[in-house]
Amino acid sequence: MGDHQHGPAKGMLRWLYTTNHKDIGTLYLWFSFAMFLLGGFFAMVIRAELFQPGMQLVEPAFFNQMTTLHGLVMVFGAIMPSFVGLANWLIPMMIGAPDMALPRMNNWSFWILPPAFLMLASTLFMEGGAPAFGWTFYAPLSTTYAPPSVTFFIFAIHILGVSSIMGSINIIATVMNMRAPGMTYMKMPMFVWTWLITAFLLVAVMPVLAGAVTMMLMDIHFGTSFFSAAGGGDPVLFQHIFWFFGHPEVYIIILPAFGVVSQIIPAFSRKPLFGYASMVYATASIAFLSFVVWAHHMYTVGMPVAGELFFMYATMLIAVPTGVKVFNWISTMWRGSLSFETPMLFSIGFLVLFTLGGFTGLMLSIAPADFQYHDTYFVVAHFHYVMVAGAVFSMTAAIYYWLPKWCGRMYSESMGKIHFWISFIGFNITFFPQHFVGLAGMPRRIPDYALQFADFNMMSSIGAFIYGASQLLFLYNVIATIVSGERVSDEKVWDGAEGLEWTVPTPAPYHTFEEPPLVSKPAGTF
Amino acid sequence: MGRIFSGVLLALFASFTAAQNQVNMSPGVTEIGADIFELHMLIMWICVVIGVAVFAVMFYSIYAHRKSRGHEASQFHESTKVEIAWTVVPFLILIGMAVPATSTLLEVYDNDEAELDVLITGHQWKWKYEYLDETGENISFFSNLTTPQEEIYNTEAKGDHYLLEVDEPLVIPTNTKVRFLITANDVIHSWWVPELAVKRDAIPGFINEAWTRVPQEGIYRGQCTELCGAYHGFMPVVVHAVSPEEFQAWQAAKRGAAQAESQLAMQTLSADELMAQGKAVYETSCGACHGAQGEGGIGNAIAGSSVVMGDLSQHMAIVAKGVAGTAMQAFDAQLNEVELAAVLTYQRNAFGNNTGDIVQPGDVTGMSNG
Ligand SMILES: [Cu+2]
Repeated sequence: MGDHQHGPAKGMLRWLYTTNHKDIGTLYLWFSFAMFLLGGFFAMVIRAELFQPGMQLVEPAFFNQMTTLHGLVMVFGAIMPSFVGLANWLIPMMIGAPDMALPRMNNWSFWILPPAFLMLASTLFMEGGAPAFGWTFYAPLSTTYAPPSVTFFIFAIHILGVSSIMGSINIIATVMNMRAPGMTYMKMPMFVWTWLITAFLLVAVMPVLAGAVTMMLMDIHFGTSFFSAAGGGDPVLFQHIFWFFGHPEVYIIILPAFGVVSQIIPAFSRKPLFGYASMVYATASIAFLSFVVWAHHMYTVGMPVAGELFFMYATMLIAVPTGVKVFNWISTMWRGSLSFETPMLFSIGFLVLFTLGGFTGLMLSIAPADFQYHDTYFVVAHFHYVMVAGAVFSMTAAIYYWLPKWCGRMYSESMGKIHFWISFIGFNITFFPQHFVGLAGMPRRIPDYALQFADFNMMSSIGAFIYGASQLLFLYNVIATIVSGERVSDEKVWDGAEGLEWTVPTPAPYHTFEEPPLVSKPAGTF
Repeated sequence: MGRIFSGVLLALFASFTAAQNQVNMSPGVTEIGADIFELHMLIMWICVVIGVAVFAVMFYSIYAHRKSRGHEASQFHESTKVEIAWTVVPFLILIGMAVPATSTLLEVYDNDEAELDVLITGHQWKWKYEYLDETGENISFFSNLTTPQEEIYNTEAKGDHYLLEVDEPLVIPTNTKVRFLITANDVIHSWWVPELAVKRDAIPGFINEAWTRVPQEGIYRGQCTELCGAYHGFMPVVVHAVSPEEFQAWQAAKRGAAQAESQLAMQTLSADELMAQGKAVYETSCGACHGAQGEGGIGNAIAGSSVVMGDLSQHMAIVAKGVAGTAMQAFDAQLNEVELAAVLTYQRNAFGNNTGDIVQPGDVTGMSNG
């Protein structure tokens, strides 16, 4: 095998041509971090305008462009690609495969992303401005009443969809075909399980989103009336199609985060994951239920009462498997031997704040109460608890956890802990008060608000600046680690870490598992 | 700097220092509002109790099972009994929540036997209210934001009802079941009054139903809650609940005013009258898009516009019928003949457009449905 052992090609073109899962994982991760900063910048503009009542910095029309791009960039540019990057790095190493099953497609699914986002960002400089209809782009605001840049937005969404579908097919093919001998499905690490299920969700719903934007395109340019009541179409149909994609999308974002936390909590509890099988079943149940709850985003559109009841009951049911997961994580910690390095801190932060977001989610599922919550800041608070404290915290935990393995250098633990505490406090100062203003009656997506909401909005903005600044510390810590972190050579890095990725040398060589390992122990046991 | 600093302090201790910082849902004034509030509190407290219990276990573990205290890890990792328990118990709790939720929802959907019907139409960016009357003499009017631009752009102090004030509120009688038929003219809006616990999307091509019965007189304020374009944040809802007697008197007065208005439409008005009324109409209906000084914005400039200074019939057609595919709406549905004539006169003579044209209500007959 000796003469097959080679490192990466030289020069910058390596990154363009690479088919190596580690290179592509790295590309995805850096790209998503850049998008995270861009989306974060948009968020800062939003919070700066909302710092005080009255219009100070931007015009209402531009404010809407900011909320729209913030949502789109964070969901499609930051969170989703970051987990794809993690999957690229980890899935082959976790199942004992030399690479992804479809390496050339892997290259392609990454490299179509940057042009798509460049195009989306360029709409800011177009006549009529960027899309200003919210990341949910409800018709007819996004069709008949949209700025001309909407066509570029549609094209960008199409490309993102193609990228996601290719990425998912690759993950499914890899997990199904390339597991090392002895690695049965029920021995796979939870992260692999959650991504396998996520990939099926993606393949199922991205085409639905593509259908929705294609119908928009037809309405805008080819005189059809899918979503225009004046031509016999139906604006509510748009919402049904969008949320048929949109609700599974929420789980597409959160399931890999569950997977990450299910790897990290056992490692720092020095104890196997509690209820591995029930975790797998709970993940699958959540994925299944995510297809039959979409209209809980639409309780106020005037559905018949039978429809409301169905979607309310189905949505409430999701609390059961989600609860099972939380209970399993806590049982994993119970009577372990706990230590609190940065990845564990972010995982515990995830556990507490995600559960809080789960509770508000349960409240929102109650249809009659939702008539008061719907489209207020209560909803904004809810989904940021799930998306930021859920997905982003878990992603951050993942970076701290696996970075030493990837680059063979240790990050600064004290800086990591400071990053955690500033993030945790900043996050809560930002989003906790939004529950209050929402319940008190502040609608979302408004650039200016009545005076009774002023104090909490100011507080929220201050928290947002703190949280935003803490991400720069994170960036610094990661770069400092890669450039000059203290070297680690221990294969395991963390004494409690379990899994095949910790059996290869540190830093992980360019090619791993060219000879498949033999797996005999069940996942998560010592 | 000092003001910002004290603002920060105030914000941090907001819940202790100021009574205005409402932190919870309002039970509102209606029976349904109270039911929803109780449901909200019930679910919230169930969540709080479960949360406290779960996190107590977690924090105990974080305290007691630390490696730094020398705690050795056990290696147990499954228990079917426990898994079944924490699947079944939450399921039963959910059933306990679903029962009151279902009955409240059925109440919300009980739209029958209304004594008064009001058609509510969302427009970019104002609400239109129309009282449906079996004699066909519908009362109808638009409800526009009255907060001046100076307050929004911080050159004047903000009033008590900043952004939640309108020129003509919706007036409804107390202790009467009022049914709202809600639709929209352009994009989707959503009509919400928190204290009445009514929120329904206003969707073009659809008519949604909602209802309320307000037991006490008062002024209730809300906002549009569905993103509807640039001025989504500037289309408030204001409802005046008055006694049934007062409501009758108000209706009679509105009908009288409508009659006087149509009398006026027969007459010839002076240039000054037209300009004065035209200015008022311009400020409520045109200024947001075309600029307070006609300088343009979302819409084209009025000052020096070739349309405004050109052929009257073309100018009139654009104002009355709108321009398809743009934000320029058809104002024939919103303005009556006098208002149309006035605003046309005003546009043709203000901002340096000194055409000298005077447009009379008679000239626009047939152009207005308002
Ligand atoms: Cu609106």
